[in-house]
Amino acid sequence: MAIGVASFNLLQPVIGNYFCLIDENMWGIIRQNVGVTGGLSSQGLGNHMMRLRPVASAMRNYSSATKEMTVRDALNSALDEEMAADPNVFVMGEEVGEYQGAYKITKGLLDKYGPERVVDTPITEAGFAGIGVGAAYHGLRPVIEFMTFNFSMQAIDHVINSAAKSNYMSAGQINVPIVFRGPNGPAAGVGAQHSQCYGAWYGSVPGLKVLVPYSSEDARGLLKAAIRDPDPVVFLENELLYGESFPVSAESLDSSFCLPIGKAKIEREGKDITITAFSKMVGYALKAAEILEKDGINAEVINLRSIRPLDRATINASVRKTNRLVTVEEGFPQHGIGAEICASVVEDSFGYLDAPVERIAGADVPTPYAANLERMAFPQIEDIVRAAKRACYRSVPMSATA
Amino acid sequence: MWKHLPLWKLLSTVELSTSITKSKAIFSSALNFDYSKPHYIKFFSSGLYFIILFLFLFFSDPSPNLTFQSLQQPKTTTDAMALARRSSGLLKPLSTASSSSLLQRRPFSTDDTTTITVETSVPFTGHNCDPPSRSVDTTPKELMTFFTDMAFMRRMEIAADSLYKSKLIRGFCHLYDGQEAVSIGMEAAITKKDCIITAYRDHCIFLGRGGTLLESFAELMGRQAGCSRGKGGSMHFYKKDACFFGGHGIVGAQVPLGCGLAFAQKYRKEDHVTFTMYGDGAANQGQLFEALNMAALWDLPAILVCENNHYGMGTAEWRAAKSPAYYKRGDYVPGLKVDGMDAFAVKQACKFAKEHALKNGPIILEMDTYRYHGHSMSDPGSTYRTRDEISGVRQERDPIERIRKLIFAHDLATEKELKDIEKQARKEVDEAIAQAKESPMPDESELFTNVYRKGYGVESFGTDRKELRATLP
Repeated sequence: MAIGVASFNLLQPVIGNYFCLIDENMWGIIRQNVGVTGGLSSQGLGNHMMRLRPVASAMRNYSSATKEMTVRDALNSALDEEMAADPNVFVMGEEVGEYQGAYKITKGLLDKYGPERVVDTPITEAGFAGIGVGAAYHGLRPVIEFMTFNFSMQAIDHVINSAAKSNYMSAGQINVPIVFRGPNGPAAGVGAQHSQCYGAWYGSVPGLKVLVPYSSEDARGLLKAAIRDPDPVVFLENELLYGESFPVSAESLDSSFCLPIGKAKIEREGKDITITAFSKMVGYALKAAEILEKDGINAEVINLRSIRPLDRATINASVRKTNRLVTVEEGFPQHGIGAEICASVVEDSFGYLDAPVERIAGADVPTPYAANLERMAFPQIEDIVRAAKRACYRSVPMSATA
Repeated sequence: MWKHLPLWKLLSTVELSTSITKSKAIFSSALNFDYSKPHYIKFFSSGLYFIILFLFLFFSDPSPNLTFQSLQQPKTTTDAMALARRSSGLLKPLSTASSSSLLQRRPFSTDDTTTITVETSVPFTGHNCDPPSRSVDTTPKELMTFFTDMAFMRRMEIAADSLYKSKLIRGFCHLYDGQEAVSIGMEAAITKKDCIITAYRDHCIFLGRGGTLLESFAELMGRQAGCSRGKGGSMHFYKKDACFFGGHGIVGAQVPLGCGLAFAQKYRKEDHVTFTMYGDGAANQGQLFEALNMAALWDLPAILVCENNHYGMGTAEWRAAKSPAYYKRGDYVPGLKVDGMDAFAVKQACKFAKEHALKNGPIILEMDTYRYHGHSMSDPGSTYRTRDEISGVRQERDPIERIRKLIFAHDLATEKELKDIEKQARKEVDEAIAQAKESPMPDESELFTNVYRKGYGVESFGTDRKELRATLP
């Protein structure tokens, strides 16, 4: 059984019905509020390619002057451009119109496109998710916003039974080009009912695509790809990332820019250990990698970008290179994303593992409110560092296992 | 020659012989006849009697082999009225403009020009709206089409019953017999660009939208020739080119979906409507009211059709709903209560609803109907209702019988012709089943097709991923 080496590097032409520009890896300094630098090193496999691309390296010279964009603006611009390009695209959800979006993601769209295309709904998720799916049956391209994915549980029957399964049950007659988007996972101090991560739930359903952007470029490229995709896409954003700025390349500002669905991105090259993460945890993993660097552990950080389809090829290729794996997620640990990645690696690359796979996940409890307890309920950078060191058999004081 | 004579003819030979004797007596008396007296009348009358009897015996047709074209003596209007009165009294042909056609009869199947006005069984009851009139215009062709189509639907459902019992159909099988008039009446009022979406009792709706018997049976048996290529099953029939969007297994889910279809029709400024069908069991679903609220807010051209067969699975409507007046449950949304066993009432109501929805937004139609079978094939249908009730409805309100009586009342076909149509239905259904049985099961590679419209070459797995993997195209 062959696992193709994922060409996760530079020139990755995507053949599609629509224009998708070439995906480029992030070069340059990733400037975040916390001020951590990303890897500047070139790709191991892509070295020979670099010499053939003077244009790209020229761009790299301007990397420090690249534009910065918040995730919020990235999402807003992506929605704006897709609505301008295709009159079938419309946005529907609570407070998306006059309120300018509960998190201001849809700011300005009502004024630009009018109430027929930016539709405010009553607080009836089951109803408007169903209406969105019905509109998609008829050929429109709805973007349904859930104020948070916790409320998607009210409508989960429509996401799964009405949207995900329709193309299969109708043997291809009825496809559902819908996007369900909204913030997923914990925010800060919002309590148990508003803090769950739904990546594992939606990621297990065949027929759905589940995307998890991290940076602004991810947000733009993946949302555009999601809107253009003919299948139902669950687009899990993160509330705390909305305000963060990331540098964006010139290509990503182009209105036909989109990222391939189902391809992870190596945010940081390394050779000692692989750390997989998605959404906000990518930032934490990158910071953990900095700390590990000082201890001589060279970590490779993979930004999953897509939970379904999961880029097993990239993950396995990385583990075959580094021989150690730590998976990071914010969701509940049992039956989580890390469990799936671990199983996949054990099945496909068992012989390459030098240590058991480590999982860092949210605590197995409903989310508490108190700040100290909430801090214990979600992964912190030191958790990732500790797990990486364990996987590297560095001496870490073992706490009594329960 | 004697053995070909029926009994009544034999008896009349007795009469013949007595008349001969009589006439002999008269003849003998004729010889001594006094022509000055008026006895000749008696003589002639008995002879006339004999002649008439003779003519009657040898020129009348013993077998009622009345073909449509060979009828020489058309029945009069009064006869038709008498027939109608003899029937359940529900039929009142107000006028037959076809009185002109009584003299030159045309074959039933192509007569599209004469108008027959039929009255619905009961008047409509409106909620927040003025109900339409009870008089429905139709043509002989439409009447015959109603009969034929309903006969086909009924036959299909009965055949599906036997197929299920012989284990050729698996899983769920929800039968629609008894409710055919709803599908037929609706199709008569709308076009194929108007959308229909329904729940799992969808076989006949699929047929009404233009689906074929072969596609139905093959899908039920899980074969490649099925409308969903065997991957959907009984509850997931679709026909997108005829705007039939399924076939949904989750009770009530189809209502917001239908309002979504109406949303798209309005978004695109189409002049079409969506008929969202649901049952009395689904009428209590919260998402129905959520969708109805939005449909009313945004004036969507959605028509919610409650097929009230009075039982939500095994629960009677009075046990499930505090207010079983489903046509009123829309509150601010107008509603109409319709006799769902009367195809013309359904047709009139759907026509009315379409005009209403295009101008004013959603409307609820409650079709008062009945299903003869249980909820599904695993339900005998008798633990929560009496057999008397079922047979009572079958006798009094059967939709096909109603059309049959109308056809006789307007003299559009004979008993034999209708029986021939039913035989034809049976024949075609049997042929379709035979053809469907020939159709192969889906190829094993079909396990992995249509998961996505666009799969990006992603890998999918069988139960043992080291054994079976596939790339999704």
